[in-house]
Amino acid sequence: MKDADADLGEDEDRIFLSNMPGLMAGLAASTRRDLVLAWKRPGDVLNPLFFFVMVLILFPLALGPSAEQLQAIGPGVVWVAALLAMLISLNSLFSADYEDGSLEQWLVSPQPLPVLALGKSVAHWMTSGLPLVLLSPLLAATYGLPAKVIVVLLVTLSLGTIILSLLGSIGAALTVGLHRGTALLSLLVLPLAMPVLLLGSNSVSLAAGNETHTAGVWALAAYATAAISLAPYATAAALRISNE
Amino acid sequence: MWTWFHKLASPPHFYRLAKALSPWFLVPGLALIAYGTFTGLFIAPPDYQQGDAYRIIYVHVPSAYLSQMAYTVMAIAGGIGLIWRMKLSHAVAAAVAPLGAWFTFLSLATGSIWGRPMWGTWWEWGDPRMMSQLILLFLYLGYMALRASIDDTAKADKASAVLALVGVINLVIVRYSVEWWSSLHQGQTILAEGGPAIDAEMLYPLLANILGFALVFGSLLLRRVRTEVLYRERRTRWVREMILSPQGQT
Repeated sequence: MKDADADLGEDEDRIFLSNMPGLMAGLAASTRRDLVLAWKRPGDVLNPLFFFVMVLILFPLALGPSAEQLQAIGPGVVWVAALLAMLISLNSLFSADYEDGSLEQWLVSPQPLPVLALGKSVAHWMTSGLPLVLLSPLLAATYGLPAKVIVVLLVTLSLGTIILSLLGSIGAALTVGLHRGTALLSLLVLPLAMPVLLLGSNSVSLAAGNETHTAGVWALAAYATAAISLAPYATAAALRISNE
Repeated sequence: MWTWFHKLASPPHFYRLAKALSPWFLVPGLALIAYGTFTGLFIAPPDYQQGDAYRIIYVHVPSAYLSQMAYTVMAIAGGIGLIWRMKLSHAVAAAVAPLGAWFTFLSLATGSIWGRPMWGTWWEWGDPRMMSQLILLFLYLGYMALRASIDDTAKADKASAVLALVGVINLVIVRYSVEWWSSLHQGQTILAEGGPAIDAEMLYPLLANILGFALVFGSLLLRRVRTEVLYRERRTRWVREMILSPQGQT
């Protein structure tokens, strides 16, 4: 390897660099790869989704079918179920890549690691966040939430799941390769996720009570923006540490 | 200035320095706590509204301050360790976490004991500070759990430092979101906010206790860092020489 490097003149360096795919290409490649993997193994995507649906079925079973009560707890329950389902899907975020060594290829690749990590999070959101968001109106309707509230639920859940994907990727990167990873991951991610849950489900509750709910939605949007910009760096740092 | 900095970072030097400094924190700290607690409990007048129940602030407020100061120390030490790869700094972060968790628990417990006669409940969900402290406690627990589950010390140091830094940002978000949340559910927090200005006779013991707690915390931290350094450097020559020296441990 070393000799080959020494032989590269400046011209070849330039050619090498100009042939390198750009940032967007790196982002797209890392996203596409995970989407393809998810497509080939649909169980990984569907299981958290089934879990989400089943948690939402448990509450009416446990609390009784009183329509009033279900309507009151609906926003919170949907949010908690979504949070837990996201948490379940996070376990496997980096583990397969860690085991087969593709994570190490990431570390040595000339693409910036945060960009690749962001691509991973985008794919994770599309395979676990987005299906939850799309499914939630149906389930919220069974809880008797009115259409206007469901719109707020959709918006907050979309923003919230983006944040959870990104925060979760930090936790998953920190715990990758550890034996007790699963329980530890929840312990790390849940405190980080609490403000998201609080902002999201309370905005929906406020909307259900016909009060101004925009403050929480904007706060979530701000948080999502910050998470998209900053979390990949933390994930990248954590990945480097975990792979030492 | 830099040589001083480098010298401070050297484990054997710090080990000796910490030993020398520790009593200078401990003795004034204990003296201040003794003064503050005695005056606070027996001499300061009872509150016209809360009676004697307010006296728990002499433990509660210092612990709450320290719980947050400890997290700041932990995050800054972790950050320094990550950026300048200073091993000692990681030892400080490792040593401060359990102390911080303990003070957080103490502030929650004393707050809850105070809340029972004042608010009529052990736990008030609507109080933003209780929620923030609870989340802070979980952050400490997660931090310690992450440290405990990574066998390689160097790796555990860096991973937990990343977590501590992420936690700092999270704490800011927690603070504001919890405040917004609690403003929705008007709780029984009337007493907490905008109460009568605190009387000097009540204030001085409180200040003494805050400073005293901080000094004792500093002394405990120095002790813990010494133990941590000793453990981490257990295979080095200076530790062996120190232990095998005729005077025993110095």
